[in-house]
Amino acid sequence: MKQIKGVNDFVVKFANVNGSGSASANHLFAKAIFRMGIPVSPRNIFPSNIQGLPTWYEVRVSAKGYLGRRGGVDIMCCVNPQSMEADVASVEPGGYFLYDSTKPLAPHLQRDDISYFGVPLTEMCMREYPNPRLQQLLKNVVYVGAMAALLDIKFSILKDLLGDQFKGKEKLISSNVHALEMGYHYAMDHFKCPLPIHLKAGGNAAPHIQESEHILMNGNTAAALGAIYGGATVAAWYPITPSTSVVDAFAQYAERMRIDPGSGKKNFAIVQAEDELAAIGMVVGASWNGARAFTATSGPGLSLMSEFLGLAYFAEVPVVLIDVQRSGPSTGMPTRSQQSDILAAAYASHGDTKQVLLFPATPRECFDMTVQAFDLAEQLQTPVILMSDLDLGMNDWMSPPLEWDDSYQMDRGKVLDAEGLDKAARWGRYLDVDGDGICYRTLPGAHPDKGAYFTRGSSKNEMAVYSESGEDYVQNMDRLLRKFETAKSYVPAPKTHDPIPVSKPKTKLKLGALFFGTSASPAYEAVEMMAEDGYPIDTMRIRAFPFHESLDAFIHAHDLVFVIEQNRDGQMRRLIINECEIPPGKLRPILNYSGTPITARSIADEIRNALGAKSAEVVALHSEPV
Amino acid sequence: MSYIKPKFQHPNMPKNALGYTVGDYNGAISTLCAGCGHDSISAAIRNACFLSSIPPHRIAKLSGIGCSSKMPTYFLGRSHGFNSVHGRMPSVATGASLANRELTYIGISGDGDTASIGMGQFIHLIRRNVNMTYIVANNGCYGLTKGQDSATADLGAVSKAGNVNPFDGIDLASLAILQGASFVGRSFSGDKEQLEPLIRAAMAHKGFAFIDVVSPCVTFNNHSGSGKSYAETRKALDAMPLDFVPMREEIRTQYEPGTTQGVTLHDGSVIHLHKASNGYKTDDRNAALLSVQEARDEGRLLTGLLYLDPNTQNLAQNLKLASKPLNSLSKDELCPGSRMLDSINQGLR
Repeated sequence: MKQIKGVNDFVVKFANVNGSGSASANHLFAKAIFRMGIPVSPRNIFPSNIQGLPTWYEVRVSAKGYLGRRGGVDIMCCVNPQSMEADVASVEPGGYFLYDSTKPLAPHLQRDDISYFGVPLTEMCMREYPNPRLQQLLKNVVYVGAMAALLDIKFSILKDLLGDQFKGKEKLISSNVHALEMGYHYAMDHFKCPLPIHLKAGGNAAPHIQESEHILMNGNTAAALGAIYGGATVAAWYPITPSTSVVDAFAQYAERMRIDPGSGKKNFAIVQAEDELAAIGMVVGASWNGARAFTATSGPGLSLMSEFLGLAYFAEVPVVLIDVQRSGPSTGMPTRSQQSDILAAAYASHGDTKQVLLFPATPRECFDMTVQAFDLAEQLQTPVILMSDLDLGMNDWMSPPLEWDDSYQMDRGKVLDAEGLDKAARWGRYLDVDGDGICYRTLPGAHPDKGAYFTRGSSKNEMAVYSESGEDYVQNMDRLLRKFETAKSYVPAPKTHDPIPVSKPKTKLKLGALFFGTSASPAYEAVEMMAEDGYPIDTMRIRAFPFHESLDAFIHAHDLVFVIEQNRDGQMRRLIINECEIPPGKLRPILNYSGTPITARSIADEIRNALGAKSAEVVALHSEPV
Repeated sequence: MSYIKPKFQHPNMPKNALGYTVGDYNGAISTLCAGCGHDSISAAIRNACFLSSIPPHRIAKLSGIGCSSKMPTYFLGRSHGFNSVHGRMPSVATGASLANRELTYIGISGDGDTASIGMGQFIHLIRRNVNMTYIVANNGCYGLTKGQDSATADLGAVSKAGNVNPFDGIDLASLAILQGASFVGRSFSGDKEQLEPLIRAAMAHKGFAFIDVVSPCVTFNNHSGSGKSYAETRKALDAMPLDFVPMREEIRTQYEPGTTQGVTLHDGSVIHLHKASNGYKTDDRNAALLSVQEARDEGRLLTGLLYLDPNTQNLAQNLKLASKPLNSLSKDELCPGSRMLDSINQGLR
């Protein structure tokens, strides 16, 4: 049998039972690889359940630093009998399968094209530990020990990590180390270690990853830190997976960093609202009154918040909303990732509305863009929605360290204080003095007799007086559009990459690929796969809506552009077609909406399919009428 | 279109302690129907703020949607106002009060805005004990959509079209007491003598203060049988008068012994409740509920200060907010800086 070979480039998957304590053992495994300086990206694939259902942990190791999913499984570590049949079937030919051999493997689970490694996990733990809870918990640590031997993970790193995790609890450290050793020695004694597929510290890891001092963190924590550093003082929210940990992390950091030194009291307020309607209402109230405020939610919450998003757009109140997307519609698959709120967010609310969206692709961007969202919301006096997703928000990502410039000043936008009001020749809340569509606002309580106005969702004139005059209404709506145009120069520009050089290209077509957020990493990898196939593809990673002018130029410069995203309807593609007035045939959707994050292999396969079609068909596609 | 009232004022108009005249508390001219009860409430709010010498710009007025929620345009033109979303003013007010705990917040709502679409937010506003005065202009019907029954319309009330309401009305005052509101009052838009001091007391109270004001709709619900017409309300009225004496002000009025009960608020203001000899206890939640329900059963509209807990802990206190308003904190007070971030990075390696 031909076995898969390779150093620092493979996919490991753990198959566990939800609630059995596997998460921390699996995290230990991934973090050890990270500490070896090898690019790694772990992903929890978990059910909407607290205990009992199957759950998986997929670890991608990529010397080149690709942190998206590749597709396929090289090594399966299966300790869940419920899912074993499917788990065996999912291993690549030539791959490896580690299982609990306390009971013999059923004949129908035996394949002749993969290698099996039976470790009697249950038996070892029953023998070693009297306490049933310990038997269950440490079983996870035993398989990590066995995997360490098979893949050549430095044992001292695992020990150090356990020391960090259980600092001050010596008993726990020694029992965990003992379990690790049991697994490690069992594998060393019974199997040929390491496998042909294994890890090597300082081996062929990507130089750009080794040089910097990368961190391992999830996007929700990074966004929460962004809210702390961006000066948010009011957080109002309603619990919903997968956004809950944003506010949890904000609360933890705020309790450490936002206590008034004199009184010991709080320089922040967190309110768990009765629903998402109230959560965003509180944000609107606090922002209107001059505090930086935010909420975090996911699909169903976004639907509920759209009423207030319309008010905030029309009444011009800053709002920062962190949308950690999951699979919809309705309750959909609440613990599965998608990028499927694009249209709902971009045009959130009734009437003519357009909302500012930011698309982070890494934890570092979750941090930076959350800080920026507070500035943008106040500069533009409008909602700004950070479009994260479950994959980015809840999984650990290897990321460049977070950086902070101490000279940063919060940009509070055009706010007139008492002095400003006294100096202003003529003030009206909706007077476009500067011609950029952004007017000067005032805060309650600022001046004894100037600057008071009435904020409303009803139509008004430039002086903020209620008006149903068609002229006033049109003037206001046109100004809002002018403001949205201004926003184009405020939001982050897209990132472009030149194609990987291909010596003998197999096509004359100029190919481009557009993507955003968590589709980026697997898209970059797919583009490299396509270059190896002889197809050079230019890329552009979209980072904000409204779209930058360069997006239009990019599309015009190419014959065919793939739009890679994670939803059924190609929502970003539709938004581009709508906003940039692009002939639809020119944009070819590459989609994944299974709930598990898109893989590089599936992207490359779909691009191959598209290009494998006769070139005439490709031409026909982009000559389709508008 | 709203009109601005003329700024001219008679030079000898009385001034309050801050030097403001009552005209300084005016808003735009009302566009509600002539004779609408809501305009009397607007006047009472204006007078209450004037009499209590609250700087107009230190008041924020918030409302939902409906006839009632248009009211804030018609008083306190020097205050910021926010006419928000139907039934959602409570959340906006909660957020606003968290951003700056130093302003006086007045929420204006209606029976549709509070008892139907906004019921959830209303109950949770009470539960959180936000420091604000919340006034419901209660006319038992939807005015702006032309007279449909609201959820506070009485059982058996007859609409203008002659339909009989088969549902029991929601009694917002009872609900507020039950949910633990620390200040609950009820009044009638036509009873200025009671409404003004009640509003002043509510604004002095350092917690959530709720006032349910029966305010007849002259256009759609002022006919006999509606239950909330001027005539029927006056007939059913069982008013418990009160006076309000703000802190540091000398008590001038002499009351006959045994007829008055004084309640001192947290800031030193005193509410004098008359008719105390009837045995009504404002500090006993269960007794208050019983009295309100008994009156309801007997067809009486019991008005006045129904319940008060002057020592309540409001939201800002329960959240342990620092005294400096959150909206005035500087970057240095908010941003932990690069050294802290370096140490956070270190913990993630």
